[in-house]
Amino acid sequence: MTLSHLLHEKKPAGWNRPPVMEPDGDAELLEVAMGPHHPSTHGVFRMDVALDGERVIRLKPVFGYLHRNHEKLAEGMTYLGSMPFTDRLDYICSLTNNWAYALAVEKLTGQEVPERAEYLRVILGELTRIVNHSSSIGFLAQEMGASGTPLMYAFREREKILDLFESLTGSRMMCNYMRFGGCRVDASPAWLDAASKVVTGLPGFADEFEQLLGSNEILMARCQGVGILRPELAINAGITGPMLRASGVNYDIRKVDHYGIYDRFNFRVPLGDHWDVYDRFMIRLLELRESIKIVEQALKDIPAGPIMDSKAKIRGFRPKPGEAYGRIEGPKGELGFYLISDGGPNPYRYRVRPPSLINLTILEDMCLGSNVADVVLIFGSVDIVLGEVDR
Amino acid sequence: MLGEGILKGLAETARNFVGSYVSKERMTTVQYPEERIAPIEATRDFPFLVYDGGDWQAGMRCVACQICEKECPPKCIYIEKSKDKKPDALGKPQFYPAKFDIDISVCMSCQICVEVCPFEAIKMDTEFELSTTDRFGGLLLDRHQLAKSNQHYHHIHPTEAAEVDARLAGEKAKTNAKAKAAADAAAAKSAAPDTKAVAPPAKVVAPVVKPESQEA
Repeated sequence: MTLSHLLHEKKPAGWNRPPVMEPDGDAELLEVAMGPHHPSTHGVFRMDVALDGERVIRLKPVFGYLHRNHEKLAEGMTYLGSMPFTDRLDYICSLTNNWAYALAVEKLTGQEVPERAEYLRVILGELTRIVNHSSSIGFLAQEMGASGTPLMYAFREREKILDLFESLTGSRMMCNYMRFGGCRVDASPAWLDAASKVVTGLPGFADEFEQLLGSNEILMARCQGVGILRPELAINAGITGPMLRASGVNYDIRKVDHYGIYDRFNFRVPLGDHWDVYDRFMIRLLELRESIKIVEQALKDIPAGPIMDSKAKIRGFRPKPGEAYGRIEGPKGELGFYLISDGGPNPYRYRVRPPSLINLTILEDMCLGSNVADVVLIFGSVDIVLGEVDR
Repeated sequence: MLGEGILKGLAETARNFVGSYVSKERMTTVQYPEERIAPIEATRDFPFLVYDGGDWQAGMRCVACQICEKECPPKCIYIEKSKDKKPDALGKPQFYPAKFDIDISVCMSCQICVEVCPFEAIKMDTEFELSTTDRFGGLLLDRHQLAKSNQHYHHIHPTEAAEVDARLAGEKAKTNAKAKAAADAAAAKSAAPDTKAVAPPAKVVAPVVKPESQEA
């Protein structure tokens, strides 16, 4: 199914509205507030659900509990000063956040990035994707009641990757690594060796994970046919990332936008054809394998050279008035930073396009008519981090 | 067969369970207060001020230029510049911080102060067991508490500290050579004051402004 085909198809009026659910009998509806302290909400998030028995009739997502004023803070701060705050948006994938922000500022100032820095960015970005996808699968299994085991297996591998991050950037999760025009510190040969060693072990982990969960009957019974998201709705709602590809739409910014050096790597884009929770689970597993392939290729090809543009200034620069939008394929979807400069040392407007928030907007459409227990699962399959939703 | 997938998964968990007794790599946790994993060299948490030599006040590298205070994203640094000057490592009189406070309950360990410091005066520590019963005063560190010796820096980040020392030694040599050349020129000029050769105005000490370091 191609994008243009989907968009130009004739559709009945109101096709993109959530179906209106009517209660079965004359029983009263039960209104339940799931969250903000519900164990399934990955933070502080509330779903106001109206139930007829077990069936979901209405669902209203309520967010904003973790609002930290990120965008306004960034407008009063130098360009460099916002970099550590981007770590705290999607705190599982700090390096891809750094990357998207650095890309936006580089577009604004017209800075070049040396080749070695691009390779380092790809290696770290894909390792981040592996961390995110493995732990999000673990969380999904936990929401099905597999309390701990798959998540702990995922965290065991994540720990190895986080050790790599720490030995390069100094911090496990709040890396603050990328700079406008390159990266902050160079990777030593010892670090690259350690990274290759970790990456060699990763396909075994993916196999183990698939063996553990892939054909599990309980998982299949809970996930298959649940939370269906039709591709046309996904496109119109602006869904991106694994969610969109699980709905069968071939759209990966690494392939379509050609940012960085992704053209040089050989990888495939997995697509779903049932559009349900199981597809989303499986897409993440397959993407994890593709990411391992990309890291392997990048580690093999990484050239020697500088990691910072020699003309780059990290502080005290004033970009020319103008605007720039830098976007990357983050682990959760399209992560974009939109900046307007008025020629001053700090941005006039700073806007984040968070994939988590936009992927969350179709939660009601996916949940209507399903059981309460499935709401938790569908919500888990969206894969959000509240730090990014509320900012 | 129904249940085959579950059995496959259980076989995997059994393999991991047995493996944890056999293979050391599968034992991924340690009993923390008794056992400790050696810290990773690049690790960072809160900043400290480096001093050379034995006396923390005399050897303080910080010249109270206040760049870190301006650049600190959560604004956790407070500096007051001194009224008088003291000689720095190169013998040049410099200001020093009369007050240098870091509120580590606000600090977010981003290392930007280290990156922007042109004098290699502020570095990241690795001390993480900082819990205290005093919520405000105990986490507001003054310049005495922040001052730590260059030896300490060498102890926690050996590679990085060696690079920094080499860089500082190079600068010192350069400054000394420049000063010597200037002194020589001045001496030559005073020896032969009538020559028409246009000698550049003698500078006793060259300014010690160093290009911003890209990495800490």
